[in-house]
Amino acid sequence: MNHDVVVVGGNRTPFAKSGGPLREASNHDLLTSALDGLVARYGLAGTRVGEVAAGAVLKHPRDFNLTREAVLSSALAPETPACDLQQACATGLETTMYIANKIALGQLTHGIAAGTDTASDAPISVSDPLRRILLQASAARSAKARLAAFAKLRPSHLAPLAPRVEEPRTGLSMGEHQALTTERWQVTREEQDEIAVSSHRHLAAAWESGFFDDLVTPYLGLAKDAILRPETSMEALAKLRPVFGGDNGTMTAGNSTALSDGAAAVLLADAAWAKEQGLPALARIVDAEVAAVDHPTGADLLLAPVAATGRILARQGLSIADMDLVEIHEAFASTVAATLKAWQDEDYCTSVGLDGAIGTIDRDHLNVTGSSLATGHPFAATGARLVPTLAKLLHERGPGSRGLISVCAAGGQGLVVLLEAV
Amino acid sequence: MSVLEKAFTSPVGRKVAAKAGLAEPPRLRRGRTYPSGPIVLAALGDSTLGADTLTLLGRPYEAPVLDSGDDPVPGYGDRIGALVVDATALTRVDQLEQLRAVLRPAVRGLEGAGRIILLGRPGTGDWEQRSVARALDGIDRTVAKELRKGATSNLVRVAEGAGPEQLASTLDFVLQGRSAFVDGQTWQVEPADEVAPHSQRPLDGRVIVVTGAARGIGAAIARTLARDGATIVAVDIPAAGESLAAVANEVAGTALQLDITAPDAGARIAAHVAARAEGIHGIVHNAGITRDKMLANTDAARWASVLEVNLVSQMRINEVLLDPSVDGGLLSGGRIVGVASTSGLAGNKGQTNYAASKAGVAGLVQAMAPDLAARGITVNAVAPGFIETDMTARIPFVQREVFRRSNSLSQGGRPVDVAETIGYLLDPASQGVTGQVVRVCGQNLVGA
Ligand SMILES: NC(=O)c1ccc[n+]([C@@H]2O[C@H](COP(=O)([O-])OP(=O)(O)OC[C@H]3O[C@@H](n4cnc5c(N)ncnc54)[C@H](O)[C@@H]3O)[C@@H](O)[C@H]2O)c1
Repeated sequence: MNHDVVVVGGNRTPFAKSGGPLREASNHDLLTSALDGLVARYGLAGTRVGEVAAGAVLKHPRDFNLTREAVLSSALAPETPACDLQQACATGLETTMYIANKIALGQLTHGIAAGTDTASDAPISVSDPLRRILLQASAARSAKARLAAFAKLRPSHLAPLAPRVEEPRTGLSMGEHQALTTERWQVTREEQDEIAVSSHRHLAAAWESGFFDDLVTPYLGLAKDAILRPETSMEALAKLRPVFGGDNGTMTAGNSTALSDGAAAVLLADAAWAKEQGLPALARIVDAEVAAVDHPTGADLLLAPVAATGRILARQGLSIADMDLVEIHEAFASTVAATLKAWQDEDYCTSVGLDGAIGTIDRDHLNVTGSSLATGHPFAATGARLVPTLAKLLHERGPGSRGLISVCAAGGQGLVVLLEAV
Repeated sequence: MSVLEKAFTSPVGRKVAAKAGLAEPPRLRRGRTYPSGPIVLAALGDSTLGADTLTLLGRPYEAPVLDSGDDPVPGYGDRIGALVVDATALTRVDQLEQLRAVLRPAVRGLEGAGRIILLGRPGTGDWEQRSVARALDGIDRTVAKELRKGATSNLVRVAEGAGPEQLASTLDFVLQGRSAFVDGQTWQVEPADEVAPHSQRPLDGRVIVVTGAARGIGAAIARTLARDGATIVAVDIPAAGESLAAVANEVAGTALQLDITAPDAGARIAAHVAARAEGIHGIVHNAGITRDKMLANTDAARWASVLEVNLVSQMRINEVLLDPSVDGGLLSGGRIVGVASTSGLAGNKGQTNYAASKAGVAGLVQAMAPDLAARGITVNAVAPGFIETDMTARIPFVQREVFRRSNSLSQGGRPVDVAETIGYLLDPASQGVTGQVVRVCGQNLVGA
């Protein structure tokens, strides 16, 4: 890369369970709020930012230009260009790399990467029969013809279709896929619940210490993440019934992420430019690697980041032990557990084309301020939550500290990004 | 709005109220505006201070009409906008007659929202001289009470050695609409080096930190200072972040979500500024809370929380920002402005903790000012009276109506009135104003 790209900082809304305190907000509202908080933190009001890239996974057709419209609603100069991108749960990380790469190439001095999602305002579509009837009725030239069209209507046609959450090629939901992985890698209920408890504990401690004072801006009167349960315990989690993997399953609502509402944004800049502008710099974006697995033929849907992790470390001449901190997105607690097991599994690693096992990390260096289980996971926002969080943590540890972000995504994909504190 | 309040503000209610003597309050003149009528200058004795200062400000002035002492009183014809009385040469009680002679026609001929401005000396010299200095104060306070239609009277004491450069920002402030709610007050201007030239955009390029900026008076401070060119660092508690961001974006400043009671608050303010600018040119300690209870019901927690937010935290923050080794600290020539309160100065039932904190702020700025003079840093406070904000909107209607009318201007002040006064104290041209507590209260009936 020609130019050093640094994370200046970030901002997000608090995250909440869908149908909760943010239910009235659309993706447009959430994204605008995340942008405005970032603009305020870094004094960008009225300025033209190089480019804003953002996306949403659950997107209304009316939001075909979601990011540009949010920019126009925000305090940024209207001359700020924007585009929409999408890569399922890795969207916020992919938008980060899109902006970072443009900065690295000298095409931008600075830009904003973001993501938003609301499962409260998910696009609801109509059934195919109803759609056909509506089309016929609107094409009808007479009242009679219109009536004839509506006469075909049956009550069942009126049932709305929620967005499809299953993988198109397997018909399995993400949780069902993960249940297969859980079983294959023999991840126990205790391992999963421990990850969930530690996610809540870590997030609660981070809030308590004021860590999020410069990472989150309240929205709609909500000042803190609403899914967080600081008092949760192994005993409380043990009482929950399995939701995936059948009656003997180990995955519960407590160790799976909740459908969430929220938005996050990160300000990226050319290191030299940031300095000139008097903007802080937390960490450098070192590299990124994307990978995919062949889940339709049986590969673990959410373990694609393993191959990406091996490849990026090899390319950088680093080992996992060189990482001071690691963020593994908690799609499910068992995703984190299986990922850690896969890292240590020589056979698995070579089967995805790596030279050998990736190795292991100290659990104390993993998801130290909690992750998606406690925070929530508005799909497209998560990557843009993780980048400033890890950048700030690394910066606090001192220059040269290294960290890795690993995010799995629908479609058997995974994205990994390396950061280094400045 | 309560039923009573609705009835009172309805057209019929207004008529009834007017009959009962509760007339519509006068309209105040606000902003960077001068009186519409001419400025009259009366120089008593051989002082040229008033004349030189008006000339420096580029304001033309006219000669006064003098009262002979009998009826009828000679008039001004058209209404005058302001009377500036340069009484700095007055030393004898019999000379006060000269003051009466210029004031009598002027108070009759003054326009609505006009100005009487007395220039005097601090109480020095022999017994009589010091008595005369104090007499001016009594005259000022009484004239302020007698003036009608939003006109104000204020006394500025100009210390020996302070000239037009030092006085200009103060005279300009008092003449302009910025001082709308400052009435019947006395404060002082001292000699000072390196006074910046007078300007209508005095805060250009200056970094000013405003605490409690998310709403109320703090938000108005941010807007007003930004209008005058300041780069605003808007501070408020994280929970107020949404409106804080809106204020910061409106003034194209930056938002810093921070509880000022945090032990590292000063360091975090400095760190926020350090990356972006050379340092801080001024800080306005506006964040404040009330936890009212009669002393008989005031427990330790209620006591401590108010003192902590309103006084202790700003002392801690000042200490960090005044350390010259701290990057992003207060620059030399910088400004510190505290926000006291008339109820702190005068005492107010149910507010022992608040009064302690706010009188404490007044004491603090008076104590700090001389110690920081060598670094060119000025330290002052404003003491707002009844200001229309969320804080005062919570007072029950009848009580609120009484409070807002119990001053010489018969109305509550607006947040911008406090903000304008703070802007004047932050002005680099106000180098000679330090250790002062300026009340912004419309000459509230309570208060020192
Ligand atoms: N309104 C009046 O009539 C009046 C009169 C006299 C003095 N004052 C003083 O003026 C100042 C502003 O008053 P207002 O009426 O705008 O009040 P307000 O309550 O509307 O606003 C005060 C702001 O300070 C913030 N704040 C409180 N504690 C804080 C903390 N620990 N850290 C950071 N921010 C904090 C609040 O969040 C709020 O945004 C206060 O100091 C008040 O005592 C007001």
